[in-house]
Amino acid sequence: MSDYQPRILVFSSEKISDPAIDLAGLLKKHYSPRVYNITLPCTSAVKPNWILKALHKGMDGVFIASDGTDCAFRSDCSALTNNSISKAQQVMKEEGIDLARVKMAALCSVCADPFVGHMKSFSETLSGLGSIKNETGQKDG
Amino acid sequence: MKKDHKEKIGVFICYCGGNISDYVEVEKVAKVVENEPGVQLVKTTMFTCSDSAQVEIIEKIIENDLDGMVVASCSPKLHLLTFRDVAKRAGLNQYNYVHANIREQCSWAHSDRTDDATDKAVRIIRAAISKVRMSQSLQPIEIEAKNVAAVIGAGISGMRSAIELADQGSQVYLIEKDHFVGGRTAQWGHLFPTNEEGKNLVERLYKQIKERDDITLFTGAEVESLNGNIGNFELGVKITPRYVFGKCDDDFLDQVLKACPLEVEDEFNFGLTKRKAIYKNYREAYPESPVIDMELCNKCGACQKICDGKIDLDQEVEHITFNAGAILLNTGFDPYEPEEGEFGYKTVDNVITLQQFRRLLDMSNGTLEYKGKKIRDIAYIYCVGSRQPDGDNKHCSRYCCTSAIQSALNVKNKYPEVRNFHITRGIRTYGKQETCFTDSSRQGDIYLQFFEGAFPEVEKRGEQTKITVQDALTQNENIEVSADLVVLVTGMVQRKDQSVAEILKVPIGSDKFYNEVHTKLRPVETVIDGVFIAGACQSPKNVRGTMASTLAASAKANSLINSGKIELEPIIATVDTDLCEWCGKCDELCSYNAFEKVEADGKTVAKVNKALCKGCGACTPVCPSDAISIVGYSNEEIEGMIDAFVKDVRLIEDHQAKEAESAEGVTNNADKLANALPEMSKRILQSLESGSKAIPEIAAELKHPSEDVMYYLMSLRKYGFVKDTEEINEDEYYLYELKK
Repeated sequence: MSDYQPRILVFSSEKISDPAIDLAGLLKKHYSPRVYNITLPCTSAVKPNWILKALHKGMDGVFIASDGTDCAFRSDCSALTNNSISKAQQVMKEEGIDLARVKMAALCSVCADPFVGHMKSFSETLSGLGSIKNETGQKDG
Repeated sequence: MKKDHKEKIGVFICYCGGNISDYVEVEKVAKVVENEPGVQLVKTTMFTCSDSAQVEIIEKIIENDLDGMVVASCSPKLHLLTFRDVAKRAGLNQYNYVHANIREQCSWAHSDRTDDATDKAVRIIRAAISKVRMSQSLQPIEIEAKNVAAVIGAGISGMRSAIELADQGSQVYLIEKDHFVGGRTAQWGHLFPTNEEGKNLVERLYKQIKERDDITLFTGAEVESLNGNIGNFELGVKITPRYVFGKCDDDFLDQVLKACPLEVEDEFNFGLTKRKAIYKNYREAYPESPVIDMELCNKCGACQKICDGKIDLDQEVEHITFNAGAILLNTGFDPYEPEEGEFGYKTVDNVITLQQFRRLLDMSNGTLEYKGKKIRDIAYIYCVGSRQPDGDNKHCSRYCCTSAIQSALNVKNKYPEVRNFHITRGIRTYGKQETCFTDSSRQGDIYLQFFEGAFPEVEKRGEQTKITVQDALTQNENIEVSADLVVLVTGMVQRKDQSVAEILKVPIGSDKFYNEVHTKLRPVETVIDGVFIAGACQSPKNVRGTMASTLAASAKANSLINSGKIELEPIIATVDTDLCEWCGKCDELCSYNAFEKVEADGKTVAKVNKALCKGCGACTPVCPSDAISIVGYSNEEIEGMIDAFVKDVRLIEDHQAKEAESAEGVTNNADKLANALPEMSKRILQSLESGSKAIPEIAAELKHPSEDVMYYLMSLRKYGFVKDTEEINEDEYYLYELKK
């Protein structure tokens, strides 16, 4: 595993998975400071293009903290989110970007430990893959 | 859609009394973000949420004519509404304020790496600035609301809701599917801890309802349609007639019951007895008149011959509609029905459920018998249908341990010769319910315990029923219990009939119970605005828990509709009609029917119903022309935030910082903190310049309440600005002085 510290963009949901990320901080549970979070009403709103833009702009990975079956809006939210991920991955494949750079997991509102665990394992996976710039051909800026 | 970017943004960064500033170099962050596009001023404060800091923010917004605001502090879950209110008080649109969480998701999460925490704080605040630059000035969606509530389900939860709502001034329609009120509670006999009978509770609530003009009760009534939205729902209700009119005395009831030739299993007694086609759930059931089950009745006319004037077999089903501003779902639960063979259920002849046992006990008189055999030894097997390692019901049903033990106490009280054997997975009689466990132990009940993976076995050996259990309380000894009756302590599951939830589009959780918005923070609201849930339809609850939730839901519903107007969040879907080429995919996907097909400027496009859209955003990725976005989450806004996260951060180097600090006359960390102090703290420091003082003295001098002074003084003490003198004044108050 390299020492490279990957940048991760997290899409979380306002009512369920974002509180879990808050709880991780409240409990002073540490994870990579290169994890950045955008909160949405529901992760089913994530557009494939947002995942691609994040990777093109220099995020090494995108993690979608879905609500799973706890979603207050709809029970099929994870399936819908998965559809968006699949569409993004089709384009990633064409562009030669490793599909492991996108990951989704369900987090409940008190899933602080699972969140930290996911961030650690995803960081390790992405460290192994190296910088996204190697795959997208971006220049260091 | 092109938006005007905000160019006069104020950024207010909080030290949070060290919770942020101990790990994030706040002043360095401020120096970096002041150069962001659109930022007019950056201010750091000790406690941004303090009253004095709020006043200061308002002054800054007004003085600088700010058009956007970022507050970087704790989680928005704590103070989003606080700062929306600050914005409103300053005349700034509340939706031109964006919150940056640099405490829970930065300083605390990265307290082990302060340099990285500072870097991340810059990026988070930049993202918030980027978002607020593109923010729109919005107004809450205001709609008219009828002060009328529809309460669905007239168990004790629904009846209590109806009374509470009416007490608060709402008109109430109470809709019960059964022909009698009371739901499950009427079936339970004596209840813990008051020992009052369930049917007495039902009677008390029913009589209160009948005395009121502002509650209309419909029995035999089912919701069959729903139109409209919060503030003005239109409910379609199907009412099945009773076919019997007026009150009927016991003689009449006895005569018609005797005359009716048809019988069916009695659902109220869980199949332990039969009932006739004309029936009451129990003799004292309300409303008082019996009902005819028309699915069973063959219209032989035997009952009509006894009193023709009171029975009309040709009554017809009615369909009515009415409007309500809010809806409360109190539809209760079903007891878990064990699978055939599960602990001998339906395969061993003396195995029944807890609910059947409670009915058996309630109906017994003189002797306790089941299928003609006198009962002496009863074995209770716990957690049947709850805490299933492999089944769907992972939950604990919360009431069954207490209910089983209460039944054991009642049976022993009524029939002292009975012996109780409790075969448990660990007793969960939480809170005050623990006393019934103690009473049960004192009366000589035997407790055995098994664990997951070593479930007891029930089998018939000749005439005897044997339960074998590996008892954890006696070092896993295999113990055999012989029982005349085996009671499966079955828990709660959601009602089999979920048609009302489908009509109301209430989300259902993985446990099949109705889902609230947030289990802790918004426990009685659903994502369907104006639809609330209470009682055991939401999750297993005992009577006490049911009452707590139903009163909460009633108060919440009334507070929504009693002013006649409702404000909804404007964070909903919008359609760019230039891009939309109506394909209907958004409409197909939307669970809330929020899209409609309209003609606009000569083309067919999608239109969003503002009152129906919940702003989940599920429709946005499915639009092939990318015409839909959620307000605040447009492509431009999300991409702007990503840009802000990845942009390099160049913190001012130490020597540059020192130069900058020197220019402002700031030379050390204490001075930096002092600069960030709220006005109130500064005034307290000034007051103490003339010598040591107690809190009441400072409060009198500053003309502020003592509790406010204490709050600020304790912060000053924590951060080393003041200390106590270890002396007290003549009124025995501690004295404080400046720390030199």
